[in-house]
Amino acid sequence: MFSLSGKLALVTGASGGIGAAIARQLHERGAIVVLSGTREGALQEVASTLGGERVHVVPANLSDDAQADGLIARAEEVSGQPLDILVNNAGLTRDTLVIRMKDEDWSQVLKVDLESPFRLARAALKGMQRRRSGRIISIASIVGTTGNPGQANYSAAKAGLVGMSKSLAQEVGRRGVTVNVVAPGFVETAMTDVLPEAVREKLLGNIPLGRMGRPEDVASAVVYLASDEAAWVTGTTLHVNGGMTMV
Amino acid sequence: MSNEIADKVKKIVVEHLGVEEDQVKPDASFIDDLGADSLDTVELVMAFEEAFSVEIPEDAAEKIATVNDAIEYITKQKAA
Repeated sequence: MFSLSGKLALVTGASGGIGAAIARQLHERGAIVVLSGTREGALQEVASTLGGERVHVVPANLSDDAQADGLIARAEEVSGQPLDILVNNAGLTRDTLVIRMKDEDWSQVLKVDLESPFRLARAALKGMQRRRSGRIISIASIVGTTGNPGQANYSAAKAGLVGMSKSLAQEVGRRGVTVNVVAPGFVETAMTDVLPEAVREKLLGNIPLGRMGRPEDVASAVVYLASDEAAWVTGTTLHVNGGMTMV
Repeated sequence: MSNEIADKVKKIVVEHLGVEEDQVKPDASFIDDLGADSLDTVELVMAFEEAFSVEIPEDAAEKIATVNDAIEYITKQKAA
């Protein structure tokens, strides 16, 4: 069950907490993993924890259109095989209340968190459609469903990923390509480390399973959606949030 | 030259739509006669672009409905 042996997977944002965990679990299941992100040193570190076998590092800045458009081809070139699994995990936040939000706070988040997944999916689909198989998995967030003060840009992008994935799922379903979303709740990463203690306490009180999420919790959901076992699942959003929001 | 293009177009249509060669008549419509769906037609256009090294913009692609439409468009592009 859940073997990904010999499959090529690209993970964006692979040096982050969730991205590295996704890469690790895909790798454990036998996938050849291409790690992408902006920080080459951090990517190399993740690569070395994977033992250096079946792993490639391809740095890219996804706020650059040309780099986003070309990343799939580079991943296929460096690994010498076509892409089976695309994991759109890269994302950034520029949190502030709307009334204080600058144009570039909005546009930069939309660019990296929503537009680059579109560009990557478009590039990946050319081959996937022809081969009649493929997996596109995007990491969204519970705030795309619930909203969150201070995150109008981020939650708009994450909600956008869900809408895009549903449309795409309908476009390419007949070609054996599935398109799904994993929406984490509050996971312990650098992104949530900055939350004040009082906010964390309050959050924990709202989580029936009584703890923050771990990057591995999210990665397991990605492994499932990437696997052959999830062949009849498309256009869905798998919420991984400890029961905090039941949708 | 134009025969070469016609043969290549027909070959691509046969491969992509999984139809028999004798079904690919000049006035055959991809959707109505050859069982293509909208995504098939997009894939066909992409295959033509690749095979003939031409760019087929969206508005031109929309007008390519039959085998002959494709042959004519590509022949014109290649002559230009």
